Amino acid sequence: MTPLLEVRDLVTEFPGEDGKPLRAVNEVSFQINRGEVLGLVGESGSGKSVTGFSILGLIDEPGRIASGQVLFNGDDLTRADAKTRRNLRGRRIAMVFQDPMMTLNPVLRIGVQLMETLHAHEKISRHEARARARDALGMVGIPSPEERLDAYPHEFSGGMRQRVAIAIALLHRPDLIIADEPTTALDVTIQAQIISEFQKLTELQGTAVIWITHDLAIVSSLADRIAVMYGGRIVETGDVFSVLETPSHPYTRGLIRSVPSENNQGGRLAQIPGVTPSLTNMPEGCAFRTRCERASEACRQQPAISGTELRYYRCFHPYEKANA
Amino acid sequence: MTLSASQSHTEPLLDLRKISMRFGAKPDLAARISIALGIAKRPPVVHALDEVDLSIKRGEVLGLVGESGCGKSTLGRIAAGILNPSSGEVYWKGRDRLKLSGKALHDADLSAQMIFQNSMAALNPRMNIETLVAEAPAIHGLIKGNRGEYVDDYLRKAGFDPTMKRRLPHQFSGGQRARVNIARALAVQPDFLVCDESVAALDVSIQAQILNLFMDLREQLNLTYLFVSHDLGVVKHISDRVAIMYLGRVVEEAPVKEVYSRPNHPYTQSLLAEVPRIKPGKRRFEALKGELPSPLNPPPGCHFHPRCPHAHERCRIEAPLRKEIAPGHFSACHLNDRSVT
Repeated sequence: MTPLLEVRDLVTEFPGEDGKPLRAVNEVSFQINRGEVLGLVGESGSGKSVTGFSILGLIDEPGRIASGQVLFNGDDLTRADAKTRRNLRGRRIAMVFQDPMMTLNPVLRIGVQLMETLHAHEKISRHEARARARDALGMVGIPSPEERLDAYPHEFSGGMRQRVAIAIALLHRPDLIIADEPTTALDVTIQAQIISEFQKLTELQGTAVIWITHDLAIVSSLADRIAVMYGGRIVETGDVFSVLETPSHPYTRGLIRSVPSENNQGGRLAQIPGVTPSLTNMPEGCAFRTRCERASEACRQQPAISGTELRYYRCFHPYEKANA
Repeated sequence: MTLSASQSHTEPLLDLRKISMRFGAKPDLAARISIALGIAKRPPVVHALDEVDLSIKRGEVLGLVGESGCGKSTLGRIAAGILNPSSGEVYWKGRDRLKLSGKALHDADLSAQMIFQNSMAALNPRMNIETLVAEAPAIHGLIKGNRGEYVDDYLRKAGFDPTMKRRLPHQFSGGQRARVNIARALAVQPDFLVCDESVAALDVSIQAQILNLFMDLREQLNLTYLFVSHDLGVVKHISDRVAIMYLGRVVEEAPVKEVYSRPNHPYTQSLLAEVPRIKPGKRRFEALKGELPSPLNPPPGCHFHPRCPHAHERCRIEAPLRKEIAPGHFSACHLNDRSVT
């Protein structure tokens, strides 16, 4: 069976100040099947959002996809023309962004924005579009959807706005939703509400989800598989249990251990020394070696992928299963 | 923790009693007349805090948790002495701070410092790190010897490399700027730090570094913290006691172990169901219904009743009082009366 989406050796570059291209996404490969949830985890600057944008073809000039393939149902999107891509965006692949105030047009009523999305891909009457827009709002748990169609984005709270953004993303029952930190700006109880709605609807419609986040806790209880990014590369990937319970890569392990947990309350957290390197001075070879306690001379070379396509890591000195 | 236990008999460092805070325009004479005549409406008033009692013992870390808009930052600012409450009493080391003046007020102000969430907004972008850290202690005459050495000393305490002190704030990462903010707060030799979402904007690996720094400093300098945060995991990790706020009121207050193992208030219970933990395996997110009501027009009775799964008639009419349900464990919920009778 071909996977719904397969990303192969994707490289996305932005020109640097001295003309040398900076690789925001570097040889990233992963795949996702229908109905599956993939958690794409990383800290700021790790390239997780740019990966999401690259899939949708939303990389603006002068940035570009330098090489690699994005196969959606077997078709390479990096080679597709603008029309084909436009036809897919919003209909088969949708995106939910972190800040819904930025995605929603502040001067248009919510109803107009929902109907606009419907009209972009389907020939339906205004009446029918309005009815579907109303149903979509009701589905994501917005009270009195009929009246709320005529409200402007600023009349909604942050959580309600994110519900509207999700309603728009789900309008065409897409095969894939890329959710870029959709709950980061929200309070815990609202975050739980949004995740719960999102889970229900995507499971109901069999939608595959790429959930981009820095929050390991959310991903652990939401995703089937997980991919950890650092310095533009996926450093470790696999199913949630195997990556979080027996991490091989020192970065994954460090990240898990720096989250405050039940066990060492009041004690010191295991910390990763140093800071995330910026794109302009990414270390040669393994990008994590400058912060890694296991680094050696060998790490000046880029480690190759070890493992299978579905469970791999890039490291010369991985943690063994036993002592991880 | 041992520190706070051994000193629990002493008076609290800071004692807030029946603190209320209202924000809103004061109507001028013309407006007051038109309101009296019924021509104009009363200007809206935000009820940010509603008769909050809170005390912080010397040497302890008190975590203050709540959703955005619940008034936790306002309470933090009052505790730090930046805001004065609309009504209520603030006792600082046993003395009424609102009545202090002259040197006593000056000392009280200096010994309570605040560290803000947005490290970039808190630092003047045109001043270099050395000037930023040295400014306050120089003005207050705290630097006895060499200015440069004094600054280096505090930068080192905060884990910031002093050789970079001539650079400007924008040349550093968020984690480094957080360290500068901490060094600046420490430079006036405070006893008490209010950390308002100080680690919220940082990446996980950097957040762990800063949390460790807070804990190291507490031991070295015998500091007391009010740690304001929405992150239940972080608060659980760092605090000795936790106070949970909902729409301007503290609904529950207890030692950290007690609150996380035996939450009493329905709001605390639903909030704790969402503590982030890394535990692989899909689970359903069971969400509390509804959103935080507007503090412009808080609901009558218990503020939480519109979202509470256990709400009954009494909750809609009468605001529950804060009661001690176990030693050191306070909760404000009518259900506690029921179980007794």
